[in-house]
Amino acid sequence: MMSYIARRLLQAVPAVFGIIIINFFVLHLAPGDAADVLAGEAGAANEAYMKQLRETFGLDQPLYVQLYEYVANILQLNLGYSFRHNMAVADLIAERLPATLWLMLSAVFLAVGLGILLGVTSARFVNTIVDRIASVLALLCYSTPVFWIGLMMIVLFSVELGWLPSGGFETIGADFTGLDRVLDVLWHTLMPALALSLFYLAVYARLMRASMLEVYRLDFVTTAHAKGLSPARVAFKHVLRNALLPVVTMAGLHLGGMLGGAVVVEVVFSWPGIGRLAFDAIFQRDFNLVLSILVLSSVLVIVINLAVDLLYAWLDPRIEIR
Amino acid sequence: MSGVAPPLLEVRALETRFSTEAGLVHAVDGLSFSVNKGDSLALVGESGCGKSVTALSILRLVPDPPGRVAGGEILFEGYDLLKLSRRDMRRIRGGEMSMIFQDPMTSLNPVLTIGDQISEAIRTHESVSRRSAWRRCVELLELVRIPDPHRRVHDYPHRLSGGMRQRAMIAMAVACAPKLLIADEPTTALDVTIQAQVLGLLDRLKRELGMTVLLITHDLGVVAEWANRVVVMYAGNKVEEGRVDELFAQPLHPYTQGLLGAIPQAGRVHYTNARLHEISGTVPNLIDPPARCRFAERCAKAIDICHREYPAPFRPAAGREVSCFVAERDLA
Repeated sequence: MMSYIARRLLQAVPAVFGIIIINFFVLHLAPGDAADVLAGEAGAANEAYMKQLRETFGLDQPLYVQLYEYVANILQLNLGYSFRHNMAVADLIAERLPATLWLMLSAVFLAVGLGILLGVTSARFVNTIVDRIASVLALLCYSTPVFWIGLMMIVLFSVELGWLPSGGFETIGADFTGLDRVLDVLWHTLMPALALSLFYLAVYARLMRASMLEVYRLDFVTTAHAKGLSPARVAFKHVLRNALLPVVTMAGLHLGGMLGGAVVVEVVFSWPGIGRLAFDAIFQRDFNLVLSILVLSSVLVIVINLAVDLLYAWLDPRIEIR
Repeated sequence: MSGVAPPLLEVRALETRFSTEAGLVHAVDGLSFSVNKGDSLALVGESGCGKSVTALSILRLVPDPPGRVAGGEILFEGYDLLKLSRRDMRRIRGGEMSMIFQDPMTSLNPVLTIGDQISEAIRTHESVSRRSAWRRCVELLELVRIPDPHRRVHDYPHRLSGGMRQRAMIAMAVACAPKLLIADEPTTALDVTIQAQVLGLLDRLKRELGMTVLLITHDLGVVAEWANRVVVMYAGNKVEEGRVDELFAQPLHPYTQGLLGAIPQAGRVHYTNARLHEISGTVPNLIDPPARCRFAERCAKAIDICHREYPAPFRPAAGREVSCFVAERDLA
């Protein structure tokens, strides 16, 4: 098992370098660089100043030299310097990453938890009014864009009803400690996490419903009933675990994509995460920062895929890890 | 033969229907038979004649919807199972009466160990500790002659061969020493040598545990070797019943005669261009079945009345029954 994990991580190294190189060139294909942005903001866009800025940041070097230096830095675990924030990229990311991971984790938890619950309920009461309501609900969640639902939630729950905070990670200046702080963060997390999770929730609910219904038709379910088990026990011990496999696969694939959704949600809810950082960095041509965030997200996807494979083997003993 | 003791299981005028898009399928249509304590009764018929649906109806496991037991009585030790509460019915299932299924590859849960699945059956019906249930599992695996039971009990089904899985299924079914074991085509999915072993095992368990067995099969070879009584089903109903030796020696219903004629027999080799006998035609549509003999259209001996009326059961001797106008005429 450990050797399997080590082998998988080792296999990921060339992939990560491939990603770095492709992203590097794609970013430099985009017009403009940090010098343009900085000079534009300073209102001093003359040739000499621009040249000076480019020299300072090494932007005057040929691309392959820049790439070589960047990769050499990365090998020393140095992610470079952000021109824009005047800070080491690693520090910037370390500051922002936890908020994003927390947001994604909460959203996954909501999506998988509520999705499974909704799917199981639909399957249990298939073709009844409960099933239909769940289907319509899922369709609505599925087809509503995340930025719109985010804004509407703010309008309803923050502006009109005043129940939930409209943005941020915690109440600024409140200096809560202990349990109060935890509750405050949860309070702030609820809307963004829900907004981020709705689409996925709908997918998992539909998938879970179909998967449960399929498993219910299998022979071993009849065997379980023939043993005299209660319907609840059959559903939770025999059907659920078999039906979970497709949802786990999907959730694993989605986690990477969720980072993209997190960018939108973080902008809408002023969430101090890495998504907003990336969003701003792109417009400011803060190459080092953008590249690092992209590399980080690909590493995240690789690690998540590995975790999903391990989870899969745990759920289904027929899959053996070698 | 049957004596004075009431039968262990008595099915009376059972009707099980399935609603489909094409219409209401009368899968079992007025079936009656009884199983005495200690019997090995075989329910025989071709695919789609309602054998398995009968078994599922007895355990009240017919998927509803689309299926439904629409009428009749199923008396088990005198109680009508169709009138029991769901909770009482669950006590019967796996406790008093259990079932083994056709395909051992699919009838065990792939994500639970053999031990988990057997001990679950035990703990559902008896309040025993997890530990002693687990010990019983090992004993049961020993009983069904699975080698190395201490290790096998921790195995997942995919690690076992088909024959071993069916043995595990049987161990699970007999875990709570049921009075009646329903075996639905228990050997159909297995190869011939394993078939003989599994049948031998069932026979031994029946004697050792004092079980009564209802065997569902399409294989007359299995019936001849294994059962003491036979009920022959055709298109949702019984056409003939009798002791195995009598029925094989003198089949009364043309359908039974056809079935027996279709068995290739060693020592009765058909040389030159002689062919095995076959029953021409196909099973009638069970959506709105006609109120006349259902075999008439395929029957070489059919007379006028066969195409007009439904033959009532005729009993030429104790424990012998046939539903056929021609047989009744010939025997009268």
